[in-house]
Amino acid sequence: MEQLLTVLIGILVAASVYLMLARNLLRFLFGLILLSNAANLTIFVAGRLTPGAPPLVPDGMDAPVGDVANALPQALVLTAIVIGFGLFAFALILAFRAYQSLGTLNTDEMRVAEPEDPHP
Amino acid sequence: MSWYLTFPLVIPFATAIIAYLLRSSTLGPWVSIVGSGLGLVASVALMGVVFDAGVVAGQMGNWPAPFGITLVADLLSAVMVLITAITGFAVAIYALGDITERQAKLGYHALFQMLLAGVTGAFLTGDLFNLYVWFEVMLIASFGLLILQGGKEQIDGGVKYVALNLISTILFLTGIGLLYGMTGTLNFADLAVKVETVENQGLLTVIAMMFMLAFGVKAAVFPLFFWLPAAYHTPSFSVSAVFAGLLTKVGVYALIRTFTLVFDQDVGLTHTVLLWVASLTMVIGVLGAAAQSDFRKILSFHIISQIGYMILGLALMTPLALAGAVFYLVHHIIVKANLFLIAGITSRLTGGTEVYKIGGLYKSAPFLAILFLIPAFSLAGFPPLSGFWAKYIVVKASLDAQMWVVAFIALAVGLMTIYSMTKIWAEAFWKPHPAGIEPDLRALPNKTAQIIPVAGLAVLTIIIGLNPDPFVVFAERAAGQLLDPSAYISAVLGTAP
Repeated sequence: MEQLLTVLIGILVAASVYLMLARNLLRFLFGLILLSNAANLTIFVAGRLTPGAPPLVPDGMDAPVGDVANALPQALVLTAIVIGFGLFAFALILAFRAYQSLGTLNTDEMRVAEPEDPHP
Repeated sequence: MSWYLTFPLVIPFATAIIAYLLRSSTLGPWVSIVGSGLGLVASVALMGVVFDAGVVAGQMGNWPAPFGITLVADLLSAVMVLITAITGFAVAIYALGDITERQAKLGYHALFQMLLAGVTGAFLTGDLFNLYVWFEVMLIASFGLLILQGGKEQIDGGVKYVALNLISTILFLTGIGLLYGMTGTLNFADLAVKVETVENQGLLTVIAMMFMLAFGVKAAVFPLFFWLPAAYHTPSFSVSAVFAGLLTKVGVYALIRTFTLVFDQDVGLTHTVLLWVASLTMVIGVLGAAAQSDFRKILSFHIISQIGYMILGLALMTPLALAGAVFYLVHHIIVKANLFLIAGITSRLTGGTEVYKIGGLYKSAPFLAILFLIPAFSLAGFPPLSGFWAKYIVVKASLDAQMWVVAFIALAVGLMTIYSMTKIWAEAFWKPHPAGIEPDLRALPNKTAQIIPVAGLAVLTIIIGLNPDPFVVFAERAAGQLLDPSAYISAVLGTAP
């Protein structure tokens, strides 16, 4: 399972790098979300994939009994997904606003803040 | 004890909520000022406790480390929190004369306080994943502040800022995942203990480089700085002042924290890379500034070159060099934020920031000219201002380490900093205004609110410059803690390491 997921992470990163090298801002953003998913999967795999009982603490005890799964990687991934989702939503809206006000999604043409010739 | 740690965080959060609810009222900016003032009091209290105790740690929710989230303040964290609060307070006052009603209605003050909370959290946390969360809090608030005006320039700069910072965030996250896979912990103090027992030290160095890349983007070091000069000159002046003062310094802080506490196994490799990065950052930053003619663009490139000095302090890894880095951090935040605030006043008086198109400030607003000269000379390293001592310590440390070339670069870059400052001085202050305007400070609306923070920060620079002794002693104590983290580790884990 680890090997399979590792290959998947590799494919995701390759695809995202290909997309992010494009001049189109929208493609860049799609690459970004693929990359962030690859990062999430990395945490998931790095936290070891072990089948185990859910880490529930029985009534009247301080710790779960027997072998239980490690819940921390999932908690980390969940937090990262939520944060990544929020940031991606913002980035999408920003791209839309950029298209509205700059009239282009081509990153080469986005030179308003840094004009090529500052002393016309 | 942990109350001292939580107040500097809770106050800006609470202020942000109140400021958001009152965003349409004229009370909004005053809420922000009062909140920042309270935050300043809380940071001073924290500083007092840490100054006596050395390291203060608090376990949130009473989960013992390394299982729960730890907030911890050593001398470096405490001084960074304090300087954040000072900058925040100054900029909150300045906002009275800078932030338009429209921006306030869109929630400027709430976002500003959220940014302060994020920065403070990043300085106080003792947990790697928690640091990531604080980075995100800071990042999303800074996104909002950056594009609040919604003009073409802001959107254009915002796209580049958002894109490159998100990539750095993902790199950081991947590094966290891999480090957790290797050590099974994310608590800084616990990591410091566990990394020594890891078998595969080579892979650990790879992860260290990943963190160096991620934090390097945040700190805007060469060759990862391109988002900074693309964005920092676009938002309103208050925003760019607080960005310039604080945001890149969070990256520097994270680098110092991780590369003294966690990744100090292969110093020969990692810190040599940092040394190269530092030298190139200094040179490229100052050369970039020489090519610019916009007040804020010149200052933006100078942030980059100054970051190089701090990284140099970290790269040398001697007690004196780290003390220099700490001293430099504090000095730079004050001076840089101040210069951006002055750029705002200049722009309002003369109608722009393009230095070739403005002028006449020295003749008709001599007080402002003096206020500019203080931080500008401090930035370039003139005695007896704070910048002189900061540069002196770093250069002396590199001479002690027999790094002659690096010391020469540091001195030469200081000289070239004067060139850019002279350009601003000659064009914006000395020469008459090309359009014949005679800028008058008295005609400035809300001038008290703009002059007070600028003058206050300038006085701070002078105080540090004239009386550097206690500050240097403090920086040396902080550097001692960084190089020997046993007090930090035992304060967090509650055991002797």
